[in-house]
Amino acid sequence: MLWNEILIRYGELTTKGRNRKDFIHRLKNNIKYTFSDIAPLTVQAERDRMYIKLDNEKQFEVLMEKLPSVFGIQSFSPVAICDREIENIQQLAQKIMDRYKDQQITFKVEVHRSDKTYPLKTYDIQLAVGGFLLKHNPNLSVNVKNPDVELRIEIRKEAAYLMSEIIYGAGGMPVGSNGKSLLLLSGGIDSPVAGYLMMKRGVRIDAIHFYSPPYTSEQSLQKVKDLANELTKFGSSIHLHVIPFTELQVLIKDSVPKEMLMTTTRRVMMKVADRVREEIGALGLVTGESLGQVASQTLESLTAINEVTNTPILRPLISFDKLDIIDIAQKIGTYEISIKPYEDCCTIFTPANPKTRPKIDRVTYFESQVDFEEYIERAVKNREIYTLPEKRMKVEKFKHLL
Amino acid sequence: MIYFDNSATTKPHDEVLHTFLEVNKNYFANPASIHAFGVEVNELLEAARNQIAHIIKTKPEHVLFTSGGTESNNFAIFGVAKENKHIGKHIITTEIEHASVLEAYKTLEKDGYEVEYLSVDNKGVISIDELRRKLRKDTILVSMMHVNNEMGAIQPIEEAAKIIHQHSRAIFHVDAVQSFGKLEVQFNGDAGPDILTISGHKIHGIKGTGIIAFQRKLNIAPLIVGGGQEFGLRSGTVPVPQAVALAKACRIATEHLQENYAKFTKWRDHLMDFFNTFGDHIYLLSTKEGAPHILSFSVRDLKGEVIINALQKRGVIVSTSSACSSKQKKTSHVVEALNVDSHFKEGVIRISFGAKNTEKEIEQFKEIFKEVMKELKGV
Repeated sequence: MLWNEILIRYGELTTKGRNRKDFIHRLKNNIKYTFSDIAPLTVQAERDRMYIKLDNEKQFEVLMEKLPSVFGIQSFSPVAICDREIENIQQLAQKIMDRYKDQQITFKVEVHRSDKTYPLKTYDIQLAVGGFLLKHNPNLSVNVKNPDVELRIEIRKEAAYLMSEIIYGAGGMPVGSNGKSLLLLSGGIDSPVAGYLMMKRGVRIDAIHFYSPPYTSEQSLQKVKDLANELTKFGSSIHLHVIPFTELQVLIKDSVPKEMLMTTTRRVMMKVADRVREEIGALGLVTGESLGQVASQTLESLTAINEVTNTPILRPLISFDKLDIIDIAQKIGTYEISIKPYEDCCTIFTPANPKTRPKIDRVTYFESQVDFEEYIERAVKNREIYTLPEKRMKVEKFKHLL
Repeated sequence: MIYFDNSATTKPHDEVLHTFLEVNKNYFANPASIHAFGVEVNELLEAARNQIAHIIKTKPEHVLFTSGGTESNNFAIFGVAKENKHIGKHIITTEIEHASVLEAYKTLEKDGYEVEYLSVDNKGVISIDELRRKLRKDTILVSMMHVNNEMGAIQPIEEAAKIIHQHSRAIFHVDAVQSFGKLEVQFNGDAGPDILTISGHKIHGIKGTGIIAFQRKLNIAPLIVGGGQEFGLRSGTVPVPQAVALAKACRIATEHLQENYAKFTKWRDHLMDFFNTFGDHIYLLSTKEGAPHILSFSVRDLKGEVIINALQKRGVIVSTSSACSSKQKKTSHVVEALNVDSHFKEGVIRISFGAKNTEKEIEQFKEIFKEVMKELKGV
C-alpha cells in the first residue's frame, strides 16, 4: 500500500483558545466512533493536526469515503512515509506521481525541514526530487506559481513524509463540542437539514418525533428512523424519542375550533418536546421552521408557539429559501428519504384555512378549557427511545435468504 | 451431459432456488403495501438491494430491479437518449454489441439520433484513439459491452471511462451481462461506468431477473411507467422473490469469482493448446487476453450446426456464437466485425464455462472432440 497514514488539519478549532484541548479530544473520539467498523484505528492527536495510522487498504478506502462528512476537519491528506535517504524519497515521490502518469500535468516540490540538522538543504531536496521526477515522467512539467499537483515533503527527525493532495473536509466544529439540543424531526425535508446545520456547529442532537398511529403508518416512522440514521453519518449517535401522539391529537381536534387546530397542536408538541428536553438534559430545541413557508411559520404563529416555553428554540433555517434547503438535503443524502410519500402527523387533520395570524389570548382561552397536563405526561412517559445507528437486526433476520 | 453453454444461460444454484421458493411462500406481500406484512417484505427487498449495491459499489437507491439484461439495456439507452436530447443526439457504441443494444440504437436512428459505431481489431477490442476522435460536445451516451458474448473480448473500460469523462458530458453505459461474476465489475468514479446492466440467469440465478444500476443520480426517463415503483423509474409490482434470489446469486458469484477465474483460465488455456494441435483446421477467435469463461473457435469449411449436432449426439452441449442470433441464418455481426477468413466464417462454435463445470469434463470433451474431428474432417 502506498499510503501509511492520513493527516488531518483542524478547522475553526485552532482559534479556540483554552477549549482547544477539549475540541481535539472530541474530534478524536468522533473519528473513532464514526469508523468503529474498521477499528482499531490508531489516532494520534497533536496541537494542530491529527494522524490516523493505516493498517490496510480497506481502512484507507473507508476513511477517504467518510472523512469528508466528519465535522471539525478543515482538510486532510493521505501521507506516504519512508526513511530519510534521498534515493528512497525519490523512489517514493515517483510512486506518488505515477498516479497521474497518463495526464499532462504541472507540479512543484514543496519541502519543509522541521529537522534542520538534515544534511541536504531545502533547495537541494527540491532539485534532487524534482529532477528525478522530470527525468522519469515525460508528461510532467514544473510550475511553481500555480501547479496542478503540489508534492509536499516534510523531513522530520524520524522519517520523511510525502503527500500530494489536499481534500477538503466538512468544516464546522466536532459534534458535541457545543452541547446538546433536541431536534423536532417530522419526516419532511426541512427538519433533517436543520439538524445537520446544528451538528455542523458542534451541537449533539437527540431527535423527537410525534407518531400518531393509525393515522400515520409504520412506514412513516421507519422514514424518520432512516432520516435520523442518515444524520449519524456526521459523527455521532442519535437517540430518537418517539412520542405516542394519537391521543393528544384527537383530544386537540375535539377541543379547539378548526382554524386554531394547527396552532394548538404545535404548542402542545412544543410542551411535550420541552418536557423531554428537560429529562435528557439538552439545552435547546431545534426546528426546521423557515419564515413564511406555511401557515404555522409566520411570525405571528411562531410567537404563539414560542409562548409555551422559555427554552431557546433554535431555527437555523429561518431565513432559508426552500430551494436552498433542498440543495442541502440532497447534498447530505436526506432528500431521497424525505420525499417518500407517507402521511406524517402534521398533515392529518389539517384544516382548509388555518389561521396565519393566531391571537394568543384566543388560543389560551380555548386551551384553558381542557386539561392537557395528564395527557402530556402520559405521552412523555410512554415514549419509545431508539438508538441510532440501529444495529441492523433486520438484515440478520433475512440473512439465510440472501 | 457436459453443459458448455453457460454464456447462453446457466443452471440456477440450489440455494438460489431455495430462496426463491421460500420468499414466495413466506414473504409474498406487495412491498408497496402499508400494512406490517408489506413493510416487512419491503425491508427484505431493501436488504437485497443493499447487498447488490455493496457489491458494485454504489448507493442502494441507485440499484433498480428489472426483468433482465435486455430490459436493462433498453432502459439505459432509451432512458438516457430521451432525457438528454436537449444536450445532443450523438451516441457512440461498438459494432460488436449485443442485439439488445444494437436494435435499440437502430430504433433511435429512425428517430433522428446519430449513432456511430466503433470498429474492433481482430482480437475484438476497440481503439481508445478512435473513441477519443469520435467524442463530441453533443455526445450524450456511450454504450460498450464489458465482455463480448460471442468470443469473450474484454473492452478497456477504465481507459474508455477516463477518456469519456474527460472529453465529454456523455453518460457511459457498460453492458456487464457477460462479465459480472466473472471479472471485477463495479463503479469507480470517473474511471468507471455511469450505468451498469446485469442479468441474473448468466450467474446461476433465475431467468427474468436483472439490474440496472447508476453511479450517481442521472437524467434518465423510465421505460415502463405506472405505479412509480423503484424510485419512479421502473413501475410494476416489484417481484421480491426474484430480487432476493438475484441478490443471493450475485453474492455467490462474487465470493467464488477468484477461484472460478483461475479454474476457467486454466481450462481455456489448456483447450486452446489442444485446438492448436489441429493446425490450420481450426481457427481461434478468442484470445488469451479475453474473458476466460468464453472460448470461440471455428472449424475450416464446416457449418457450426454440423459440429453442434455431432457433439450433441455424444452428450456435449455447445452453441454457435450467440444463442440469440444462432437461429438466424446470416453470419453473426461479431464474426463480420472481426474479419474472419471466409473459410472459417460459417463454423464458429462457442464453449462457455460455468461454476458447475469440472476438470473431468474438460478431459472428456477432448476425447469426444477428437472423435468428431475424425468423423467430420478425417483428421
